[in-house]
Amino acid sequence: MTAQAQKSELLFSGADWDFKKLSRVYDEIEAIGVEELRLDIYPVQMEVISSEQMLDAYSSVGMPLMYQHWSFGKHFLYNELLYRKGRRGLAYELVINSNPCIVYLMEENTMALQALVTAHAALGHNHFFKNNHLFRQWTDAGGILSYLEFAKGYISRCEERHGLAAVEAILDSAHALMEQGVFRYHRPPKPSSEQQREGIRERLEYEERFYNDLWRTLPSSQEADKAGALEPGMEERKKSLNLPEENLLYFLEKNSLVLEPWQREIVRIVRVIAQYFYPQRQTQVMNEGCATFVHYTLMNTLFDRGRISEGAMLEILRNHSNVIFQPSFDDPRFSGINPYALGLDMMQDIQRISTEPTAEDRDWFPDIAGRGDWLDTLLDAWANHRDESFIRQYLSPTLIRKWRFFVLGDGADKPHYEVASIHDERGYKRIRAALAQSYDWGASRPDIQVVDVALLGDRHLRLQHLVKNGITLENDSRDATLRHIRNLWGYEVSLAAIDAETGATLSERWTKDC
Amino acid sequence: MPIFIDRRLNPKDKSLSNRQRFLKRARAELKRSVRNQVREGRIAEVDREHAVPMPRKDITEPTFSDAGDSGRRQHVLPGNRTYIPGELIPKPGRGGMGSSSPGNKESEDDFRFVLSREEVLDLFFEDLELPDLVKLNLKQILTFKPKRAGFAASGSPTNINVGRTMRNSHGRRIALGRPKQAQLDAIARQLAALEAQPPDTAMRERIMALREEFDHLERRRRRIAFVDPVDIRFNRFDPQPQPNASAVMFCLMDVSGSMGEREKDLAKRFFVLLHLFLTRRYERTDIVFIRHTHEAKEVDEETFFYHTQSGGTVVSTALEEMHRIIEQRYPATEWNIYAAQASDGDNFATDSERCIELLGGKLMRLCQYFAYVEIIDERESHIFGSTENGTSLWRAYSTVDGKWPNFQMKRIAAPADIYPVFRELFARQPALRKSA
Repeated sequence: MTAQAQKSELLFSGADWDFKKLSRVYDEIEAIGVEELRLDIYPVQMEVISSEQMLDAYSSVGMPLMYQHWSFGKHFLYNELLYRKGRRGLAYELVINSNPCIVYLMEENTMALQALVTAHAALGHNHFFKNNHLFRQWTDAGGILSYLEFAKGYISRCEERHGLAAVEAILDSAHALMEQGVFRYHRPPKPSSEQQREGIRERLEYEERFYNDLWRTLPSSQEADKAGALEPGMEERKKSLNLPEENLLYFLEKNSLVLEPWQREIVRIVRVIAQYFYPQRQTQVMNEGCATFVHYTLMNTLFDRGRISEGAMLEILRNHSNVIFQPSFDDPRFSGINPYALGLDMMQDIQRISTEPTAEDRDWFPDIAGRGDWLDTLLDAWANHRDESFIRQYLSPTLIRKWRFFVLGDGADKPHYEVASIHDERGYKRIRAALAQSYDWGASRPDIQVVDVALLGDRHLRLQHLVKNGITLENDSRDATLRHIRNLWGYEVSLAAIDAETGATLSERWTKDC
Repeated sequence: MPIFIDRRLNPKDKSLSNRQRFLKRARAELKRSVRNQVREGRIAEVDREHAVPMPRKDITEPTFSDAGDSGRRQHVLPGNRTYIPGELIPKPGRGGMGSSSPGNKESEDDFRFVLSREEVLDLFFEDLELPDLVKLNLKQILTFKPKRAGFAASGSPTNINVGRTMRNSHGRRIALGRPKQAQLDAIARQLAALEAQPPDTAMRERIMALREEFDHLERRRRRIAFVDPVDIRFNRFDPQPQPNASAVMFCLMDVSGSMGEREKDLAKRFFVLLHLFLTRRYERTDIVFIRHTHEAKEVDEETFFYHTQSGGTVVSTALEEMHRIIEQRYPATEWNIYAAQASDGDNFATDSERCIELLGGKLMRLCQYFAYVEIIDERESHIFGSTENGTSLWRAYSTVDGKWPNFQMKRIAAPADIYPVFRELFARQPALRKSA
């Protein structure tokens, strides 16, 4: 009798899942998540898919809808090969930052795994998508699916009208610039065209009203004279084109001299998608850490309340520890820092600092040590940080020691690596800074900007690559990418490598030479 | 409660068109790999899936990326054991720790993906300039005939298997205890007998009880159907390839020194095409390889294409060998005999007469079809293209050509020339099908 009573307490038993069980588990998990962790989530839409469909989703950058392009076919072949050869397993789930939040569940998963995945994706990721400021600012979760649908339809209509080859050429070129197609530092200018026209009209009126011929007779200052003599009108031109511009796709879309309206729209589509993914690139550790922390906490709560069996819990824990496995640097399995592991460790560390701090923690984190409000701290971190700032703020000496982090200096011209810092008193801050720096996605990518355009002359587009720490661009891919820019711009393009520290021009590459 | 959507039944192969776009993009390179495989592989192996290496050209997706061999970086790594600050660690050669870009390319190299049979044939046909109808014919798989293969729980009403259905129904009726008609009849008889006698209370109760039982049985009979949908079984049919007669294909080739790499490659493509054609039409296709210099010998495929042998050229020896093999192993009554001969046309002048004699006298009667291709230099093609002049073998065969409709001859200088040799063969195909 007692056994039966206990059994009815369980949310599920056995490995098989069905929709009723999924629903029951979701309701339970959601209730706990909202109650205990104060999660705030989009409504959830769970979709069960087969492994082949998962492969499909992989190849179209994880989106349920995507326009067609050969590169997706190529990625599909790679993924399929890796999967078929058993070199790589498929993810158990895929989650899309949309409203409602779409979670893909693999049909092969056991019920225990589905519960784990539900907590991980439908609660953890979902909360992060809805609350993190980067996602709130840069992505429109409500509109992304309909935008993709529009993009898919638009591009296929273009293919019908202008031919596959023409559309493919534009997409190829735009894809090459996807990384340079995001606004890193400011929001895109967004006045509607009507407002814009209104503004221009007002300004002209104002200028007319206050025009005074006398101003013309003023002698110009020496400074301005010099610049003007050097290159007349450069300042004005730069101002009117909003130069320098770091978003190459945006610049080309707005200012290219050869693109037709449909081509501009395609460039815009690629840019919008690039911008949509930009927050995900910057919050890998946080996003996965948040989801892992949430599933770990929720699953343990469920187990403590006797809602899942020991067998299921064991399976969950086994999968959990696979996910957060971190081999050390000299292990053959090492392939970089596991964001799941680092994220979870940091968040659990915040919990520890908050509840049972050491003297060291009190020194390092006077704001949160021993205050017991770890959940507030975490919710605040999830909402307001990205990887770089999160690590800079919260990586504790305890964790550095636990991970035995060390910094390796790598000069290309030297035959040795040099160990710069290890987990000791002098090293903590440096390791933390270096690790944070390596997660600053924007800073770790080549910094390339449009600096000038010879609008009156040969319409030559000048780009500038700010060379930091002497890291130059790889030659072949640089030339190929420049050719793509030339396709979009229509005229000569040059890329100057400028040393960030000295300001000296290191080299200049023209499209006519490559 | 979340929304659930079961997507498993959605159409698969969402990426199929992306795959096709990708193949189209890498076409030149894929074509080269398929052609290499055809050159190196066996004739019969063309007609199947091929694994090809991932193409490299035209499918790169360039982006601005940092050069691994420049500048100064810092790597943060976990798992320090013994290192102390300032320690120097020798770099483990290029492509080691940290710089990821050099390692990438090599790992992509051993990627091989599978082209479907259709895609392989498409690439193989590319410069053979086959008409579309022929391509379609060759790509088709054998015709299938449905063959009985057990039972299925679903199917069309015409395929109901009555015997099996009734057996299931019977078993179910026994298991569920469906009352038999005889039981009901017995009760009815009893009732009739009782009702005929003068009624009293005991009798009335007995009648009531019997009526009740009768009703109960009747209801039960109605509820447990005689034949229930779960009983029904259908005959299942499996598509079986249509049994066709067997064919044997003789490949004859001159392997004397004058046949170079290019000539052999063209000859091979010619043989492949004939083989493809034959496998479409016959369930079983044997290939016999006979190579000759001044003496002929049956060899395996490997030897046929790759081993050289020095010597003169006596074509008739090959024809004699073919005749011998036919007599021994392939009686013309059971086998459709096809022959394809490739040569550069050199022959001993006196031997050509003997060839005419052999063909006209014996072989042409046995063969369904005999195709002769003479592989010539591309520079000569416009000289020899239309004239009757030519090598001694060509002149000799021309007389055979006139007499026998199933004899074809053609000079080949480029892959596109191969198909016209077969034109007759393909054109006759529909007629042959009907008769078969």
